[in-house]
Amino acid sequence: MELKFLKRNRTLIITIDGEIDHHTCEILRGETERALEKMGGKNIVFRMGGVSFMDSSGIGAMIGRYKDIQRLGGKIAIAEANDRVGQIFLLSAMQSLIPSFPNIDLALEYVEGGKE
Amino acid sequence: MEYQNAFRVFFAAKSQNEALARIMTAAFLSQYDPTLAELTDIKTAVSEAVTNAIIHGYEEKAGEVELFCGYQDGKIYIEVADQGAGIADINQAREPLYTSKPELERSGMGFTIMESFMDGVRVQSKQGEGTRVYMEKSLTTE
Repeated sequence: MELKFLKRNRTLIITIDGEIDHHTCEILRGETERALEKMGGKNIVFRMGGVSFMDSSGIGAMIGRYKDIQRLGGKIAIAEANDRVGQIFLLSAMQSLIPSFPNIDLALEYVEGGKE
Repeated sequence: MEYQNAFRVFFAAKSQNEALARIMTAAFLSQYDPTLAELTDIKTAVSEAVTNAIIHGYEEKAGEVELFCGYQDGKIYIEVADQGAGIADINQAREPLYTSKPELERSGMGFTIMESFMDGVRVQSKQGEGTRVYMEKSLTTE
């Protein structure tokens, strides 16, 4: 798994490439905590177009980050998830907490609460 | 049961071997020309069962996970086993969103995913002795 962090306004954009499982989720959690500390940010958008595999560990990790962000009073969203990743998220019924958007602009619009 | 082809491996209960288990399963399956969806379904189910063995069976301590894949008449048979803690209440463990380890950010969706992506899932478990998960899936034939 490869992670890239980018800050736009008050949102940390995290691009995930590769496989999300229990092993790589530990890395995702640690790196995200570190990035939030270092770069700041109130919201998170996960850019998941490059995710080639995800199991239920991914759901746990997303809900974990949702809880962190909720504490900061922010929002979290997913962008560019492929059908397979979308199917796993649908099974977990977590869209009400973490909505999924086809592209990064719509996801940013949601977390930032409208265009600025 | 007799299989036309099969393999059985044992590997250390370490999280980095979750990917190894998926790769071995995919390599075995690829001989039978599965669709991409079937391949991903089976890989995901194996990943869930192996992760359960590591986190819940061995509670992230040392141990060995067993993975079996068999092929017979267009069907794939999988077994994932550990000799760890065992499951106290299998029905509860299989409930969607139930997890015995919420502090580890587990979603409680492992068995639900196995059941959704495979044709059949059977669990055998004894506390203090371990757990064996049996799964099967028919491959589409042209």
